[in-house]
Amino acid sequence: MQSIKKYTLTILVLLLVVPFSYGSEETVEIEKKAFNAGEMIMHHIGDSHEWHFVTIGHSHITLYLPVIIYNPEKGIDFFSSANFVDEHGHPNMHHGSYGDYIIHNDKIHSTKEHATIYDISITKNVASLLLSFSLLTVIFISIALRYKKHPLSAPKGIQSFFEPIIAYIIDEVAKPILGEKKYKKYLPYLLTVFFFIWFNNLLGLIPGGANLTGNIAVTMVLAVITFLLTNLSANKNYWKHIFWTPGVPLPLRVILLPIEVVGIFTKPFSLMIRLFANITAGHIIILSFIGLIFIFNSLSMAPVTIIFGLFMSFMELFVAILQAYIFTLLSAMYIGSAIEEHHAHDHDHGH
Amino acid sequence: MSVLLQESLNGLALLGAGVGAGLAALGAGVGIGKIGGSAVEAIARQPQESGKIQTAMLIAAAFVEGVALFGVVVCLLIYAK
Repeated sequence: MQSIKKYTLTILVLLLVVPFSYGSEETVEIEKKAFNAGEMIMHHIGDSHEWHFVTIGHSHITLYLPVIIYNPEKGIDFFSSANFVDEHGHPNMHHGSYGDYIIHNDKIHSTKEHATIYDISITKNVASLLLSFSLLTVIFISIALRYKKHPLSAPKGIQSFFEPIIAYIIDEVAKPILGEKKYKKYLPYLLTVFFFIWFNNLLGLIPGGANLTGNIAVTMVLAVITFLLTNLSANKNYWKHIFWTPGVPLPLRVILLPIEVVGIFTKPFSLMIRLFANITAGHIIILSFIGLIFIFNSLSMAPVTIIFGLFMSFMELFVAILQAYIFTLLSAMYIGSAIEEHHAHDHDHGH
Repeated sequence: MSVLLQESLNGLALLGAGVGAGLAALGAGVGIGKIGGSAVEAIARQPQESGKIQTAMLIAAAFVEGVALFGVVVCLLIYAK
């Protein structure tokens, strides 16, 4: 356990340092054909059945991920994505084939007519999710155990790095917004969602990392959890404000009703879009600067790329924690508005 | 003729996506600029309240940004189509 803790700190430090070496490693693979910046960017921010880290010369360092296909006729098929080979026998995710399946631009189809298959593979994003899950589990369970064993002693090791952040979420987000009495019930969710988003944002900034929080399905799941938590823990007061807003004239109540009902859904929807678009936009900008090298194909672009790329990488490090914080803060506010008892402060919470 | 029409319509759609993304960025820039300006003014007047002001600023900026990002996503959908 002690050695794991030692390594987690190293990994965290690496997370802060590594993003700056983005350019040289990530984009070598696309030199061959005529360079298409849009294609390269979409390839890098998208999901894939292989995890491609780096290409040195002509050798690719790639992790081929397991493919799991549910086929209603045959049951479950389970094999490595390295089996998808092109006509030269090399693994190829753009146009490969294996048995009954063909893969075209990372989408698996059946060769049979009218056959529906369900692709539930461990893709790059899922692998990255599992990685961040294990990282979070190891770090936070070790911290929690120490708090349990020595509740009053000073923090040690990785614990001292995270204690101020946890304390900040408790003191600045949970307590003032949810109230002294009720905050404890929702604190685990807030801390989990904060660290989950932050860790995945940072993992996504590592060269070769997956763009997990820039995947709209992932952000949708997070937003749906906030949506369920808000509406399932809502009290009478909250529903009254939505369906029959007190304190406004009758005609206005009728007009407000549909607006408030739509508001229930737009709040988590904006959470989903905000995180997805911020992270995806950040990746697109960094990759565009790197793409400039290959578009101009000249050494004189290097200073521009390095300066802007470095600036954007720093910016993204900040955005990584800012978006995690904003998601947590807004989730807390939505939950807070649903469990609030008194009437006076309703207008303070943004709709 | 119809090919030409189709091509120019595609071009117009891309133009619309580009102009739309630009306008969304413009709106967000004005909005967040105003929020940031007011927050700096407020902090200059009451430095002891800077923590609260920053939180309020971030929340307001997040809402403005959210609306702008809706616009950007729509533009991205037009581009990707």
